[in-house]
Amino acid sequence: MLSTEPLLKVSLWRGGRDGGFQAYQVPQYENQTVLDVVTWVQRHIDPALSYRFACRVGMCGSCAMTVNGRPRWTCRTHISAVAKDGAVEIAPLENFPVIKDLAVDMQPFFEKWQAAKGVFAPSKTRRDEMVALRPGSVGRIAVDQAIGCINCGVCYAACDTVRWNKDYLGPAQLNRAWTLVNDVRDAENTERLRAVASKGGCLSCHSHQSCQEYCPIGLNPTASIAGLKRRTVQAFFKGTISA
Amino acid sequence: MSIRLYIWQRVTAALLVPMICVHVAVIFYAMRRGLTAADILSRTHGSVAWALFYGTFVVIAAVHGSIGIRNVLAEWSPLTDRAAGITAAIFGTTLVVFGFRAVAAVVLV
Repeated sequence: MLSTEPLLKVSLWRGGRDGGFQAYQVPQYENQTVLDVVTWVQRHIDPALSYRFACRVGMCGSCAMTVNGRPRWTCRTHISAVAKDGAVEIAPLENFPVIKDLAVDMQPFFEKWQAAKGVFAPSKTRRDEMVALRPGSVGRIAVDQAIGCINCGVCYAACDTVRWNKDYLGPAQLNRAWTLVNDVRDAENTERLRAVASKGGCLSCHSHQSCQEYCPIGLNPTASIAGLKRRTVQAFFKGTISA
Repeated sequence: MSIRLYIWQRVTAALLVPMICVHVAVIFYAMRRGLTAADILSRTHGSVAWALFYGTFVVIAAVHGSIGIRNVLAEWSPLTDRAAGITAAIFGTTLVVFGFRAVAAVVLV
């Protein structure tokens, strides 16, 4: 394909975790995202290239990859912001099993999400009165600061503790638990605190703050995990949960 | 890490901070005043206050350090949690023994 555009040197990871980088040349355009580049390679050079995306606007959390060594959401990352000397290296997320090429297996991520009791447990039925949630209450402010997670897995890929400790639940999972612990409507917070205080839970976090540094939407899971640590210690002294 | 170990590590850390400040201040004092070993020992020999301070320091540092060592071993070594705990307990006990020996050498007449 002939093109008058400047060419970008792109290295894409091919194969499983034991695979390797393969070099491509892709025409460079203005406002081109990393996801655009990956898509161009699949559409024009190699239809067998595997990767994952859906919304392309930073809503679904499907397209995260490692770009020049940093985990990023690729649909909202401009090539101009990350290319170095006209080159960019794109790999699958760290800390996940690789299915093929740039697509990782999210199953362990969501299994840990369940283990952290990241599912809302209703305390009322449809026949009960709606609970009035005060936006200015301490609990609701804590929820609002942590609620926007799109489960892209960037924090999980960036986390050193996830890398070292296979039991560690992970920053996104604990952040989700923190939003529910602060939700007055939830009925299972004792069980949730028990889950996040168990082996591999919030007390394993080293507060390196990589999750906060890399979160594409600016959440601070480290702060949420610190909140969970305080709540678990309080629950321990109250006798609600045991060691 | 269990909640109990987590609380022990945090509590001992909170106690160690002021004690380390006192320890460092004493070092600066001794250095700036040019105190010899004999000068220092003449002040510490028979001192119940220094015996209590450094005796407590040794115990707290041993508890804090051994919990940290246990975590490092559990995360970075192939040891099981139980083996990491036993190794850390041996490490902590060693710290207590050598620490008390050092305190005794300084305060006992």
